[in-house]
Amino acid sequence: MATPLFKSSIVKKLWMALTGLFLILFLVVHAGINAMIFFNDEGATFNQWAHFMGTNVLIRTAEIGLFIGFIVHIVDGLMLYFQNRKARPVRYARENAGVSSKWYSRSMALLGTLILLFLVLHMAHFWVKTRVTELSVDQKAVLIDGHLYENLYAEMDMVFQSPLVVVIYVLGCLALLYHLLHGFRSAFQTLGIGQHKYTGAIAVAGDAFSVIICALFASMPVAMYFDLIK
Amino acid sequence: MSSENMTLKLKIWRQKDSFEAGKMVDYTITGVSPDMSFLEMIDVLNDDLIRKGDDPVAFDHDCREGICGMCSMFINGEAHGPNRGVTTCQLHMRSFNDGDTIYIEPWRSQGFPVIKDLMVDRGAFDRIIQAGGFISVNTSGRTLDANAIPIAKEDADTAFDAATCIGCGACVATCPNSSAMLFVGAKVSQFALLPQGHPERKERVVNMVKQMDEEGFGNCSNIGACEVQCPKNISIEVIARMNREYFGALVKPEN
Ligand code: SF4
Ligand code: FES
Repeated sequence: MATPLFKSSIVKKLWMALTGLFLILFLVVHAGINAMIFFNDEGATFNQWAHFMGTNVLIRTAEIGLFIGFIVHIVDGLMLYFQNRKARPVRYARENAGVSSKWYSRSMALLGTLILLFLVLHMAHFWVKTRVTELSVDQKAVLIDGHLYENLYAEMDMVFQSPLVVVIYVLGCLALLYHLLHGFRSAFQTLGIGQHKYTGAIAVAGDAFSVIICALFASMPVAMYFDLIK
Repeated sequence: MSSENMTLKLKIWRQKDSFEAGKMVDYTITGVSPDMSFLEMIDVLNDDLIRKGDDPVAFDHDCREGICGMCSMFINGEAHGPNRGVTTCQLHMRSFNDGDTIYIEPWRSQGFPVIKDLMVDRGAFDRIIQAGGFISVNTSGRTLDANAIPIAKEDADTAFDAATCIGCGACVATCPNSSAMLFVGAKVSQFALLPQGHPERKERVVNMVKQMDEEGFGNCSNIGACEVQCPKNISIEVIARMNREYFGALVKPEN
């Protein structure tokens, strides 16, 4: 892909940063809406919000943007990975990389691939069933305040009864955690906000954000598996 | 740390020329004084090899005091060896212990082809400099004294910090992507911060980055290993500044 927009090394990393930040924004919305399962109202609030997200025209349009964001992030990332491997045709016999950088900063392509594999499963679990086919749970709809809503909450509850699925989801969150630990601060460095007076604050904010968002996501399947929410 | 003379095992990359494939070769060296510099240790080894009628290990060096940037060696998996803020020529054998095995390899990058053994061709850096790492000054004899232009202390200091880059290439060697962005960022920064650099500011960053990409270096992914291993402690802040300069030039190409 040698179009001018992907040619310069700085523009290639700019795309990674912009799409990365967009995907971070998506994570915030996603986690925020999912966290409504913790209201302990048998998913009433969550189901209503899920309905809004699945039917609102603006949101559905943004969803297309989200897909494009994912694809650009993935394609650009893989392209960078392969180009960078090619840039060192003969490897070192001994490399002591651990003393000067973090393993996850050096493993972004691997972590990203793990997240992508997780995403395929995750989309099959929920996105495909809400947008394309139908829920597999028995009680497909639920009456809330006189309106019938798709019972996504019950679907989640069903999916997360499998210990294997819960373990895969927690591992997916772990891969995301390390991907974000590098990705968050990296995006700001790429955008040129890398002066010493900001880097400390960005690093702290990035680390805190990564831990909170991933812990929140991981807590959902775990809480459902152990029946901690009603 | 040792005060007695040491015996060391060396594993050194030997490669006849840029066409033939090379390999790691084992050597044992005895009587190494802890006060020797790393390059002196190799001098002793070479002396030995020459006496035996063998081909000495080719390596680059010039000033041997940390200012020329020639002594490129990847030692035990690190550019310029285990110490921070120093070049290979400033590394002393007291940093090693008797019986140690030391791996010595050339810089590895598509942009730095091996000429022989530990010597690489860093001409790519020269071509990047030629693409924009200069200011055009009329040297008619009536040149304005640079010190006559008032410059904010903070800018002068930051520009000087960037200008301490000796072009050694350790940043490329240590980068898992073999990216040259720390070097180019340092050069772009030193000019962008000073009024003398402003007339050619936009075209400079665009041309230098273009040349960098053409030389076959990898893409920076903000891993940050370069700033740890740079013998002049150049910070990746210079890369952030280069990015800003580059975006500025893309949005508004005229100066
Ligand atoms: S930035 Fe540092 S490591 Fe890179 S060439 Fe300059 S002095 Fe060497
Ligand atoms: S020989 Fe000049 S810097 Fe080492």
